[in-house]
Amino acid sequence: MSHSDEEKDTASRADDFLQMFKKGAEFTQDLLKENERLRFRIVKLEEALKDKGHEVSSESVDTVELMRKIEALELEKEEILGRIKTVEEENQSFANRYIEIEEENNMLANLYIASYQLHSTLDFKEVLQIILEIVINLIGAEEFGVLLLDEKTNQLEPVASEGLETSEMPSIAVGKGIIGESVKNGENYFIETMEGYQRDFEKPIVCIPLKIKEHVIGVIVIYKLLIQKDQFTNVDYELFTLLAGHAATAVFSSRLYSDSERKLSTIQGFIDLLTK
Amino acid sequence: MTGYKVLVVEDSPTMRQLIVFALKRIRGFQIVEANDGVDGLKKLSADKFDLIVTDINMPIMDGLKLVSMVRNDPNYKETPIIIITTEGATEDRERALALGANEYITKPIQTMQILETVKKLMNV
Repeated sequence: MSHSDEEKDTASRADDFLQMFKKGAEFTQDLLKENERLRFRIVKLEEALKDKGHEVSSESVDTVELMRKIEALELEKEEILGRIKTVEEENQSFANRYIEIEEENNMLANLYIASYQLHSTLDFKEVLQIILEIVINLIGAEEFGVLLLDEKTNQLEPVASEGLETSEMPSIAVGKGIIGESVKNGENYFIETMEGYQRDFEKPIVCIPLKIKEHVIGVIVIYKLLIQKDQFTNVDYELFTLLAGHAATAVFSSRLYSDSERKLSTIQGFIDLLTK
Repeated sequence: MTGYKVLVVEDSPTMRQLIVFALKRIRGFQIVEANDGVDGLKKLSADKFDLIVTDINMPIMDGLKLVSMVRNDPNYKETPIIIITTEGATEDRERALALGANEYITKPIQTMQILETVKKLMNV
């Protein structure tokens, strides 16, 4: 190989090396660029992640706040429901009380009117009529009678009735049968059950002795109630108690008054005869 | 609402007093009382009433006759009528309602029952 050939070969090899170095430099440049791009992307991703992370955290705070509010509202709701329940119970209690007061009012009205009517007259027949009215209208009896004690014979004699003829009713001896026993003891009598009851003059469904303190002057006997009346109420028992006392005094005083009026009339007649 | 005039026709003073007692609880009710149907008719013709409360079993003229006559009077064709009676049979109720009564209450009565019926009929 000649010297010029060697020079050419060396130049060619140097050229190849230069080319290879250039390519290596370009490759390194590409790597650096890729590296820079990846680093940029990582930064972007980190920022995005950071942003996203921040958002999640904010949402969590809102959710917690909402949850707290919901819990508070739930508690409030429970409290309100509790209050509503209490108010409803109070309301029910007031409604029941209202009914009780109305019943008491009704009872007092009945008792007041019965008492007022019984003492509104001194006429014996009117008093008997008022007793009948009270038993029909306020108690609701359909067939009943009033018997008064004849102290001379110790017999109970019928003097007034409703739904049956007074003349149909028998005289009853004190101490005899249900009526006589009730008068003797001065205690009210109520039949145990009205089911299947058939009228029996000696076995009434109710006996109410008319008493002035412990002194019995007569008795009210009930044989049948109105069709719409199937049982006695508290008002009825109160009325029976009232009748036992007030009807007795009304009957007694009106009889005394009638007797005194009659005697006065007789005496006046004698005086007139003597003075003429 | 005030200023209603009510006629109570009832022969029993005890019952009449109880009805009046109940009606007086409604403020503004002016109550006039009659002893029987004839007395009731006289009072109805002498004045104008907004409500009539009547018994059935009364002397001279009973409550059903009164209802029938009241319904034939052009002044009282629409006037509410309440019957308060001892007659509890269904046919009695039907007869009274057919004649023109608006409500039918059987004795013995509770004052609250009268009040509720009147309030319902009169919208008071």
